[in-house]
Amino acid sequence: MTASAASAAISLPMNAQRESTSRREPGPPSQQRGAGAWQDWLFEHTTLFFAVFVLATLLFILIALGYSAIPAFDKFGLSFFTTNVWNPVKSEFGALAPIYGTLVTSLIALLIGVPVSFGIALFLTEMCPAALRRPLGTAVELLAAIPSIIYGMWGLFVFAPIFGDYIQPALTKIFGDLWILGPLFQGAPNGIGMLSAGIILSIMIIPFVASVMRDVFEIVPPVLKESAYGIGCTTWEVVWNVVLPYTKVGVIGGIMLGLGRALGETMAVTFVIGNAYRINASLFAPGNSIASALANEFNEAADPVHRASLIALGLVLFVLTTIVLACSRLLIAQLAKGEGRKT
Amino acid sequence: MNNLYRRRLFFNRFNLVMSLGTMGFGMFFLLWILGVLFYQGFTSLSPTLFTQMTPPPGSAGGLANAIYGSVIIVLVATFISTPIGILAGIYLAEFGKGKWVASATRFINDILLSAPSIVIGLFVYTVYVAQVNHFSGWAGSFALALIAIPVVVRTTENMLLLVPNSLREAAVALGAPMWKVIMMVTLKAVRGGVITGVLLAIARMSGETAPLLFTALNNQFWSSDMNAPMANLPVVIFQFALSPYDDWKSLAWAGALLITLTVLIINILARSVFKQASVR
Repeated sequence: MTASAASAAISLPMNAQRESTSRREPGPPSQQRGAGAWQDWLFEHTTLFFAVFVLATLLFILIALGYSAIPAFDKFGLSFFTTNVWNPVKSEFGALAPIYGTLVTSLIALLIGVPVSFGIALFLTEMCPAALRRPLGTAVELLAAIPSIIYGMWGLFVFAPIFGDYIQPALTKIFGDLWILGPLFQGAPNGIGMLSAGIILSIMIIPFVASVMRDVFEIVPPVLKESAYGIGCTTWEVVWNVVLPYTKVGVIGGIMLGLGRALGETMAVTFVIGNAYRINASLFAPGNSIASALANEFNEAADPVHRASLIALGLVLFVLTTIVLACSRLLIAQLAKGEGRKT
Repeated sequence: MNNLYRRRLFFNRFNLVMSLGTMGFGMFFLLWILGVLFYQGFTSLSPTLFTQMTPPPGSAGGLANAIYGSVIIVLVATFISTPIGILAGIYLAEFGKGKWVASATRFINDILLSAPSIVIGLFVYTVYVAQVNHFSGWAGSFALALIAIPVVVRTTENMLLLVPNSLREAAVALGAPMWKVIMMVTLKAVRGGVITGVLLAIARMSGETAPLLFTALNNQFWSSDMNAPMANLPVVIFQFALSPYDDWKSLAWAGALLITLTVLIINILARSVFKQASVR
């Protein structure tokens, strides 16, 4: 049994060798190799085609939106960006109010969302018992899984009434008389408006910013933290003086990612911002963001100039978010590069 | 000196408590939103939801056509985006090392991953809907596919990069051509991870409203014609929630519950598939 198996094992390679030498004799590029190379070429270039397709999508979007927005730029020129008028009846459009609304709501979202995200990331990396780390991390990520229209409905039907009845009057009482901040917190407390939109946006960006912050906090070499603890630093001092400076670039990248999300968020903002083309000092006043203007008006816009103006707004939004997100990616990538060098 | 210690300790404790507070802040809103949604959703849930069409204002009805439309649009979008995403991901991970096309694609893909979805809808409107002059289910699927592709590309690439090179070398040493190595060895090794990516993409698509507004639009009736405006849950919810009618609002809550449950269940499924795959 064993002998026959051994002889088979010996004879097999010999057979194979004989076969291969006899096959190789006509010349090295055999039929099969040629076929394989051709298939490989096809496969590689198919995958390349789809990669380029993804690459070109961004360009396509810019060109398509730019081309469709031409009527608006033809008619209004650069003053499209600087005039605060939105009059479908007279067919006069200026983008200032929606751009202002987009920037202000995103800014509010960052002001609230970033410190909270930092706290959550700090909690998850430094304080949380190991058993709770995964479930709590998942719970924070669930905030990102909730569809944005749900935030909108909750914001309009549940959050806004409570906010208008209790929190807005309180804010007016506390901040309303202050010198510069005062006007921001005056006005009718009806619950919907720029501040509500900003607050809801801040909840929506928390999972994104917090998860980037957590990831970059985790790449800090333990040796750095241990040496800081070793000379007697408190947890807070370690985080503030060691972890944060080390991960500065990545943290800024995470904040930019949150900003990119906030700028383009549509449904939640549409529900609560109030949809008014006005620039008002008060944050309680209704406003409009680019995305909410599009969601509300685009399908009703019959006038070609109105439609082109809305597409131009979309183009502005896309360019803005692309720049912000590109900065975010570059910063995060830079941190990853530094990580490789230092360790 | 003692004072300094006390101040540092106090500062430390204060900030850690604040950090705990932010975690509580996040959980508070998560539970609040889900609580309201489940309460409102389950009280409006009824069997007729799945059997009747979306009603005219002021009368009872269901969401059958919207549920059907959503499922079809998302399915078609999945079939479009999965092959494109996986192939592009394969290029990035297997062929693109050190090539500028690959690094540029990776960069752009990361931007598209967070691009505003309403602009994607606008894009499909300008290149497709405006050219053929009617809204359609196809347009909705195209818009959703554009949103899903970056998700699939990202996960496919990340997963393929986890495959140890010795596996590729072993396959190549046996004389397998590259395409066989990739399709039958490396891709197979990370099947679970790639499926996770596709599931996450489906979850992402199921909740998107903005890109469907200008593409699939809405339809009050049962329609299985992908070439015509098609009812879909998110747009129906948007329209019904902002209406003054109580019937419509309660249908909107029921629909919102359906979408959220779908998204959450797919998310959990994706995580468990991934866990299983990585254990193996």
